[in-house]
Amino acid sequence: MELDVVGLSRLQFAMTALYHFLFVPLTIGLSVLLATMETVYVMTGREIWKRMVKFWGTLFGINFVLGVATGLTMEFQFGMNWAYFSQYVGDVFGAPLAIEGLMAFFMEATFVGLFFFGWDRLSARQHLMATWAVAIGTNFSALWILIANGWMQHPVGAEFNPGTMRMEIVSFFEVMFNPVAQAKFVHTVSAGYVTAAMFVIGVSAWYMLKGRHIDIAKRSITVASAFGIASALSVVVLGDESGYEANLNQQMKLATMESMWETEPAPASFNLFAVPDMANRDNAFAIEVPYVMGLIATRSLTKEVPGIIELVERSKEHIRQGAIALDALKTIRAAKGEEVDPEVRLAFEANKKHMGYGYLLVPFSDDPLNATEEEIDAAAWSTVPNVWPMFWAFRIMVACGFFFIAFTAALTVMSSAGKLDILRQKHRWILQIAVLSIPLPFLACEMGWFVAEYGRQPWIIEGVLPTAQAASNLSVAELLVTISGFVILYTVLLVVEISLMIKAIGKGPEEHEEDPDPQVARSNFTPVAAE
Amino acid sequence: MILYEFVDYATLKLIWWALLGILLIGFAVTDGFDMGVGTLLPFVAETDVQRRVAINTIAPTWEGNQVWFILGGGAIFAAWPPLYAISFSGFYFAMFIVLAAMILRPVAFKYRSKRPDPTWRASWDWALFTGSFVPALVFGVAVGNVLQGVPFTLDDNLRMTYEGAFLQLFSPFALLSGLLSVSMLVMHGGAWLAMRAGGDVAIRGRRFGTFAGILAIVLFAVGGFLVSSGFVEGYRITSEVDPQMAANITMKEVVKDGSAWMANYAAHPWMMIAPILGFLGAIGAVIGLQTSYEKLTFVCSKLSVVGIISTAGLSMFPFLLPSSSQPEASLTVWDSASSHATLFNMLIATAIFLPLILVYTAWVYKVLWGRVDEQHIETNNDTAY
Repeated sequence: MELDVVGLSRLQFAMTALYHFLFVPLTIGLSVLLATMETVYVMTGREIWKRMVKFWGTLFGINFVLGVATGLTMEFQFGMNWAYFSQYVGDVFGAPLAIEGLMAFFMEATFVGLFFFGWDRLSARQHLMATWAVAIGTNFSALWILIANGWMQHPVGAEFNPGTMRMEIVSFFEVMFNPVAQAKFVHTVSAGYVTAAMFVIGVSAWYMLKGRHIDIAKRSITVASAFGIASALSVVVLGDESGYEANLNQQMKLATMESMWETEPAPASFNLFAVPDMANRDNAFAIEVPYVMGLIATRSLTKEVPGIIELVERSKEHIRQGAIALDALKTIRAAKGEEVDPEVRLAFEANKKHMGYGYLLVPFSDDPLNATEEEIDAAAWSTVPNVWPMFWAFRIMVACGFFFIAFTAALTVMSSAGKLDILRQKHRWILQIAVLSIPLPFLACEMGWFVAEYGRQPWIIEGVLPTAQAASNLSVAELLVTISGFVILYTVLLVVEISLMIKAIGKGPEEHEEDPDPQVARSNFTPVAAE
Repeated sequence: MILYEFVDYATLKLIWWALLGILLIGFAVTDGFDMGVGTLLPFVAETDVQRRVAINTIAPTWEGNQVWFILGGGAIFAAWPPLYAISFSGFYFAMFIVLAAMILRPVAFKYRSKRPDPTWRASWDWALFTGSFVPALVFGVAVGNVLQGVPFTLDDNLRMTYEGAFLQLFSPFALLSGLLSVSMLVMHGGAWLAMRAGGDVAIRGRRFGTFAGILAIVLFAVGGFLVSSGFVEGYRITSEVDPQMAANITMKEVVKDGSAWMANYAAHPWMMIAPILGFLGAIGAVIGLQTSYEKLTFVCSKLSVVGIISTAGLSMFPFLLPSSSQPEASLTVWDSASSHATLFNMLIATAIFLPLILVYTAWVYKVLWGRVDEQHIETNNDTAY
């Protein structure tokens, strides 16, 4: 990636999106866990559940506000840094973002005030309703954002209009029920639930190790591990669904995730470990598991999964067609709405499906219509994202996913057998692993974002508009200023956020007389955060 | 099957122009008093408890209020993509500054009370002040720039080049417009504190709100004079325009004209309601701040905000963003909207959800209503911001 305007714009977007996505999954998951715990409180009337909601709610609030604040950046940035993208696809892409605000975020943000300030002003049932409104709003918010994102991966239901020089909606229904968006939605919210589950388990395990708030910690682990195992299974199953969809729509993404250079006879093997070599277009070393890749990608033993080299060859033909479409478009635009030669119109209509590929030639050729074989070859190879980060980011994410399944399953078994106390007495290492695992779901979420979005490169809209064409007309200096600004602001906020989290965890839930051995609890009090 | 044909394209464009106005006004009326209170924070409160009084009058509802802004941004993106693309990238640094300020503000609300340390709290007070004052100022400066025309060009493929520089944004007229925005919102914040805060905070809120209200009246009058006298030139379309046209931005002819921004008022005198409302509302708020009719005062202040913003929008109609470098590239209501289908789909979504939003927002305000005074902060020391 070059550090020109496009490269820096990508860097800034990736940094701010990855940062935003540190807070979002926990918000998505904790909101549902809070609503679940509060439902138990309202149904049983036991005060301890209310204290649990208040305690986890405090941590939720510290996290929530940064998700909200950094979400603003995302909404601004499409216009600020990707002006041509916004003009080119705003007709399709803008609507889900606006509906997200109307349907979801407004509800979430309005009721979150009641969640924090409404305890004494609402009946228990009314407050529970407010908490559920926050949880539902948060999850719907993810749905609409992923409908927008899904369209970037798989742009259905829209067509290019040469008169307005943009993609325009043909079927809103197709955009909404885009299979990629639906698979991504369930995969992403489930990942959020796992994040929250592992967070609650980790913090509770720390209390158990310290001998504090045992009652609350045990109940929290019970709820979170059951919630966690269901969601961790869902993440992997829906992740598999995403892989299947990717094979249908984004084969290059899948091939680079697998570092699969050559097309293998069906069913393809899965590279468990590989050292991709971009220069030689091969793997320097690989450990293969037979059949698995073919099964994941095609759900059959007979269909082939195309490798990178074959996909590059296929894209050459698209590039030639795209160049013809772009040339015709030039004539159509120059006519300013007047009729053009019917042959030009025909050439445009026949080739516009691959017009996006024509743009890929722009960095390599001054005259795309008469591009040389070398230029077409270079443009075709630019459709391959760097393989090794794709390959390894994907494997880190998957390894985390399997660990979450195993760990939450083990805890679910122990808690349903009423054996959580044994952990505290005999198997402290399990609790220690729980504490140390707190960062893992965050890591897995970041890796997932990376695979999905870096794997889409060089496209900003798959097959429609290359990222290199989509940036605003800014200067490198302007970008360096804003990137530095974000780095400073975001670093300060992250330090503050983590210190407040640690302080709130150190303080713990409100103690109550009904808790067992509060004496022990107090004597073991060790504040973590410096005050 | 083609449902959107039921409402013609030109009507939808008009509706979306009005909805854009409604969303921006919704933002200014609700988040506006939050920004006013934030700007007033260093002036109305001396002690920590007093600051918390001011902050806690808005603490439970600022988050929802801010969504009006997010919704406004989303609506511009969805309904007017070229406007979103050009204004956000053209005003790049200004947008970044607003963004940084608006990131600091929510965090300050939430984190300020988490530690008792005075340095900690003073830092967040600064963040609250900056996060309120800066956006209030920049939004006004932006409107001033839009009224004067923005230096951008569009090529054949509608790729935009911005030809201005950051410091050029701060022309005298734009600064006047920025100050008008700040004083209007401070008046609004003062009226809010008079109604919702107790003790010294309310008294000082009245005092500064009165001062800001008078300033807003003067600045609004001066701005109106500058526009009506032709000092600020408007823009006029000279070619024929078909309101049903597709979004072909550069295919019209536009000229600068000293009286263009007054033409709508000459042609449709009823539009004078907007500036009159702006003045009368502010006068009502200034008088009201001296009395105990606090709710009525706040309503006056709201009406003033509605009137002042509508005045700017109506003057420019059908322009959304005039270009000073290439007038025919100016964005207008007729040639920079999304497609017929998108405008219709979005209208359906808005018709369903906007009324719901108004209902639950009203309910939440009702639940959380009540005066916040020093006593309240002391009894709710742990839960209040």
